[in-house]
Amino acid sequence: MISENFTDSILYFIELLLGGLTRGSIYALIALGYTMVYGIIELINFAHGEIYMLGAFTALIISGIMTMNGYAGMSVFFTAMLVAIVYSSAYGYTLEKIAYKPLRNAPRLSPLISAIGMSIFLQNYVMLAQTSDFMPFPSFLPDFECLSLIDYMIGGPELIILITTILVMICLTILIKYTRIGKAMRATAQDKKMAMLVGIDINRMISATFVIGSALAAIAGVLIATHVGQINFYIGFIAGIKAFTAAVLGGIGSIPGAVLGGLILGLTESFATGYVSSDYEDVFAFALLVLILIVRPSGLIGRTEIQKV
Amino acid sequence: MRHIFKLISILSIFILCANAIADDTINLGVAGAHSGDLASYGLPSVKAAELVVEAINAKGGVLGKKVVIWAEDDACKPELATNTATRLVSKGVHVVMGHICSGATKAALGIYKDMNIVTMSPSATNPGLTQSGNYPNFYRTIASDDAQARLEVDFALSTLKIKKIAVIHDKGDYGKGLAEYARKFIVTSGIAKVVLYEGITPGAVDYSAVIRKIKRSKAGAVIFGGYHPEASKLVSGMRKKRMDTIFISDDGVKDDTFIKVAKEYAEGVYASGPKDVSVHPLTKKATNDHQQKFGKDPGAFFLNAYSATQALLNAIEKAGTTKYEALRKALQNEFVETPLGKIRFDKKGDALGVGFSMYQVQNGKYVEVEK
Repeated sequence: MISENFTDSILYFIELLLGGLTRGSIYALIALGYTMVYGIIELINFAHGEIYMLGAFTALIISGIMTMNGYAGMSVFFTAMLVAIVYSSAYGYTLEKIAYKPLRNAPRLSPLISAIGMSIFLQNYVMLAQTSDFMPFPSFLPDFECLSLIDYMIGGPELIILITTILVMICLTILIKYTRIGKAMRATAQDKKMAMLVGIDINRMISATFVIGSALAAIAGVLIATHVGQINFYIGFIAGIKAFTAAVLGGIGSIPGAVLGGLILGLTESFATGYVSSDYEDVFAFALLVLILIVRPSGLIGRTEIQKV
Repeated sequence: MRHIFKLISILSIFILCANAIADDTINLGVAGAHSGDLASYGLPSVKAAELVVEAINAKGGVLGKKVVIWAEDDACKPELATNTATRLVSKGVHVVMGHICSGATKAALGIYKDMNIVTMSPSATNPGLTQSGNYPNFYRTIASDDAQARLEVDFALSTLKIKKIAVIHDKGDYGKGLAEYARKFIVTSGIAKVVLYEGITPGAVDYSAVIRKIKRSKAGAVIFGGYHPEASKLVSGMRKKRMDTIFISDDGVKDDTFIKVAKEYAEGVYASGPKDVSVHPLTKKATNDHQQKFGKDPGAFFLNAYSATQALLNAIEKAGTTKYEALRKALQNEFVETPLGKIRFDKKGDALGVGFSMYQVQNGKYVEVEK
C-alpha cells in the first residue's frame, strides 16, 4: 500500500513536471519575441501579444477556407502556419514602421505608450472585423500512436510544442551567433551609431528583428490555438503578460533567458497548483518574480552576459 | 377638544370602511416598486394582478366574493416597505402579492408575519427569505439565488449517485458564489464529499495542472461555476487525458457557443438553465391578454407575478377561507396550473417546479433531462 502511494505521488510529480514544461514552453515561445525586440531597441513591444493573436486568427481563416475546398490533415496545418507567419511578419514590419520608427529618438516613454496604443487598436480591430465570440480552432496536431501509453502524462500536441520551442531557441542562437545578419543585429544592439559608421543598415536590422519576432509569435499562436482549441480577440493580452513576465524573469534581452524564464514560470505555476491550490497560482508565480528580481535585478541570465538581441 | 373628536370620528369611519370591505370581498394587496428607479420591476406585477383578478371576477370571483386589488408603493426601499405593509394591513388585506426587491420584502415580512398574512413575492431571490425559516408566511414564485447550485448538487447526488465531487470555479462573483453554495449543499447533505475545491484563473493558456489534480482526487464528477470559455478548456483537457469524469455546470455554460467550441468533447456535459416556459399555453394566453389590454409586451417578472396571483387566489378557493393556517396548507398541498407550469410550494415557501432544469449535451444539442 505504501509503495503504491509512493508510485502514485511520483507519477503525479512527473505529470505536473511535464504539464509545467509544456506551459513553460508556450510562454517561452512568445517571450522570445519580446526579448529580441527589447534586445535591439530597448522597447517593450506590448503589441507582441496581439501579433500572436493575429497569427492564430489568420490560421483559423486559412484553415476554414481550405477545409471548405476539401483539403484535410497536415497540408492544411502547414499552409495555415505558413500564411500566418507571412501575414504576422508583415504586421510586425508595418507596426514598427508606423508606431515605433517615428519615435526612435523620442523619450523612452513615448514608444512604450505607442506600443500600448497599438495593442489596444489591434485587439479592437480584430474584435470588430472578426467577432467578439470565442471561436473553435481545429486540432491539427495528431495524438501519436506510440504515445498512447503515456498520453495521460504528455500528449502529441504538448510534445510538439516542447520540441518546437527547443528547436526555435537553437536556430535563433545559431542565427545570432554565426550568421552575417546575426552579427549585424548584435552590432546594432550594442551601438547604433558605430554600426551605422561601419556600413550596417540599422533600419533593415531593426525591421528584420520585428519580422523574426512576429514570425515566432505566429508559430506560437497557431500551435497554442490548436492545442487549446479556442481563440478570441483577447487571448494575446493574457499570454502576452505572462510571456513578458517570463522574459523579465530570465533577463530581458537574452534569448536563453527567455526560454529559461518561461520554463521556470510554467513549472512554478504547475507545482503551485498541484501542491497548494490553483487559487494561488499567480501569487506564487509573481512572488518568485519579485524574489528573483531582488537577488538578480537584471533577471537570471540578463545583461551581465553581453549576448543581446 | 373638538379637533380630537373630529379626528376620532374620521378614523372610526375609516375603520368601518375597512371592516365593511373585509366582509364581502377578498382583498389582495399588491406591494412593490411602483415608482422610482426600479418601477419597471414592480409595475408589471400590478398589471399581472389586474389581468388575473379581472378574469377571476368575470367568473364569479373567489368563494363567491369579488376580488379587490390594493396596490401600494414601496419604491424598493426597506425603510418605506414597513409603511407600505402597515398601510396594507390597515386596509384589511387577506393576502399580499409582493414585495419586489429582497431588501424591501424582508423589511415588510415581519409586519405581515405578526398579522398572519400570507405573502408571495414574484421576484425576491435572496436565499435567506425562505431558508432561514424566520418567515413561515412567505412564499415566492421565483427560484432563489442558490437554486442552480441546489439543482446541480441534487442531480449529482440523487440522480447520478456520486460520492466524490470536485467543485471548481472561475473566481468571479457568479461562478464563485455558485461554487460556494454547491460546496455547502454537498457538505450538509452528508452523503457525498467535496474532494477538491479550487478557483482557476480565467483566460490562462491551459488548465492541465488543475485537471491532473481532479484526476488525482478521484472525483466522480466536477461541478463547475463559471462561464463557457473556461468550461470548454477544462472539459476538452479532461477528455484528452482520457478522463470520463462527469462534468456539471451552470447557466453560464448552457450556451451553444460552448458546444461549438468544445465540439465532440461537449458530449454528455450537464448544465442547468432556466426552464423554457415560452411554449406553455397559459404563458401565451397571459402575454396575449397583456398585449390586448395594455398594447405592449409585458415587463420583468410578469409571469412570476401572474403565477403568484393565481396561486394565492387558488389557495383561498381551495382552503374555502382566508385563515392563515388553512391557506398555508393549501399552498403546500394543492397544485395550481400557472404560466410557469404546475406548481405548489415546499415547507419553506419556495415554489416546486419553478426555475431551473438540467440539460445535457446530446448529439451536439442541449436536451432537457428528467430527474
